[in-house]
Amino acid sequence: MNLKPLFEPKTLAVIGVSSTNERHPANVIFDKNNHRYPVDVYGVNPKGGKLHDAILYPRVSDIPKKIDLAVIAARAEFVPDIIAGCIDAGVKSAAVISGGFTEGGRADLQNRMVDIAREANFPFIGPNCLGLFVPSRVDTFFLPIERMIKPTPGNVAFISQSGGILVDQMIKFTQQGVGMSKAVSIGNKALIREVDLLKYLLSDPVTKVIAFYVEGFAEGEGREFVQAADCSPKPIIIMKSGKSEAGGRAVSSHTASMAGDYASFAAAIAQHNIVEAANEQELVSFCEVLSAYTKPIDGKIGIITGSGGHGAMAVDASAAAKLTIPEFSEDLKATLQKQLTENVRSIASVNNPVDLTGSAVDDDFVVCAKILGASPEIDCIIVLLLPYLPGVTLDIGVRLSQVQKQFKKPLIAYVPHVEKYNMMIDGFEMNGTPVSPSIEGAVLMAKALMRKKPC
Amino acid sequence: MLKKDVSDIVKKSKKWGWVLEPDAMKIFSLNGFQTPKYAVATKDAEALAIARNIGYPVVAKIVSPAIVHKSDVKGVVLGIKDDQTLLATLARFQKLDGFAGMLIAEMVKGLELIIGAKNDLQFGPMVLVGMGGVGVEIYKDVSLRMAPIKPRDAESMLGELAARKLLTGYRGSEPVNLDKLKKTIISFSKVMIDLQDIVESVDLNPVMCNAKACLVVDARIMLKK
Repeated sequence: MNLKPLFEPKTLAVIGVSSTNERHPANVIFDKNNHRYPVDVYGVNPKGGKLHDAILYPRVSDIPKKIDLAVIAARAEFVPDIIAGCIDAGVKSAAVISGGFTEGGRADLQNRMVDIAREANFPFIGPNCLGLFVPSRVDTFFLPIERMIKPTPGNVAFISQSGGILVDQMIKFTQQGVGMSKAVSIGNKALIREVDLLKYLLSDPVTKVIAFYVEGFAEGEGREFVQAADCSPKPIIIMKSGKSEAGGRAVSSHTASMAGDYASFAAAIAQHNIVEAANEQELVSFCEVLSAYTKPIDGKIGIITGSGGHGAMAVDASAAAKLTIPEFSEDLKATLQKQLTENVRSIASVNNPVDLTGSAVDDDFVVCAKILGASPEIDCIIVLLLPYLPGVTLDIGVRLSQVQKQFKKPLIAYVPHVEKYNMMIDGFEMNGTPVSPSIEGAVLMAKALMRKKPC
Repeated sequence: MLKKDVSDIVKKSKKWGWVLEPDAMKIFSLNGFQTPKYAVATKDAEALAIARNIGYPVVAKIVSPAIVHKSDVKGVVLGIKDDQTLLATLARFQKLDGFAGMLIAEMVKGLELIIGAKNDLQFGPMVLVGMGGVGVEIYKDVSLRMAPIKPRDAESMLGELAARKLLTGYRGSEPVNLDKLKKTIISFSKVMIDLQDIVESVDLNPVMCNAKACLVVDARIMLKK
């Protein structure tokens, strides 16, 4: 099944556009693509008519051009026939936005459209979904453009069973400077499932990180998914809901009792090198750090801080995350001591964490990062930055990002996220260094880098 | 393909929803797993002959399609040293619900582990390894993987256990034969893949591991409905 027309359509048909109801989801989709994306858009309505100046075609086969992607937003009972009509007209793919299938007690309609599509090898997303968003290409979400935050183009693809979670995450990605390559809401995943999109995205040159929100897999589908993920050089992240066990189930063996649905899920994905994000915060953080650094680390962390308390908090969080904070060798400590500025040389602590104190200036942070960058004693640097320290300037982000690139060693920064510090945060993020709004988040980012080496 | 002996056992056990212990033990020994010496008696003379053949001390366990959890009805008696205790135990078991026999087995020493499997809807056969015995669900010191288990999975499963130090010999205790243990886990995962259409879950609890071997001392196989 060729999924390319779904993601890179040149021609788009929107089926179900209304000439009378401006707020119809199909009209929103028609309008946003017509004005903002490099696709030729055609509206389809059985009664014909006009929308603004555009002619509405009674059937998809009436459109004078071959259609790459048909967005179907008609009532459920018409959808199987519309799919058949698309196939006859040579349409290459579809996104079925309409609801009212298995989730509304009409499994028969859903099964019929799957049968029709499967026989013709015709790919469709959905039903009961938002469809696809590809930056600078296409957007089938029926959400008015003025209500959406426009995600930054980037290398993270996010596939979600829930459209609502998808849009929320897109907002959070944008707020934390995580760029997206694709966003797909798969709804009832009647035909195209997570595993199909995973396989497509593994060979998508724009995508470097593949993230999923999963409620559950169908019978045997979880096994198929983890096997496809196992040897992926691209990091794969899953956020799961429905982790609590259904109560009152009689279990007659110890194993069945201890290997519940979620325990099995968590074990199977970890075994196949998939990172599990426990919540939304972890999901965004993991996507940010794994899109910046793809090489796995062993988890030997060097911490540079402007406050002893921050350092202690980071050490505790690291221990909980099974990261190690190695004691520095005497040589390394001496080198650090020697290179610090006069401001802090006599008061800084050059153990791990390196506590530069509140008197530190940019140069102290940068020189420590360089020494740790060159040292084999650690494989990842966490910088706990307090933007209110008088010696720290707005240049710190770009300067530390240069160190990170020079030594090819992951560097993660903690900066409190308030509007006042945005320019400092941008200095990191716009230069490819991930920033966490919490100390624990910075540590979790480092933990996400501790993936097993792909086979 | 299932061996004929195995499918015969499964066919016979279908009506109970699970496989009686002697049959479950047989399935595993047919698949090359080590077990202690054992046999089933229903009458005094048989019990005495079996005990003589194995040699005291022995363990006696109730065999009954009505009793899945033997310990709950005091259906397991360890360290029987003489004929008198053996026969008294048999007499008591004969009065238990659904009595079908008394399994008499050699006593073996070692670390009590659990090796189990569950057929998961989303992921298929899952294999569990951990500290076994009656307290298994209290301590929950177990690790879980999707079958088939590769050597690196077996290695990391054991490394995950809080009790991993007990495996390599803790404070003078005898270390467990890790090579045998890993091989047992790997071949168990293969059997679970062969049986996945029939079996819902399996407990080998305990598997007794010592410096020489890992022996399946008790096996419970729950069948799919």
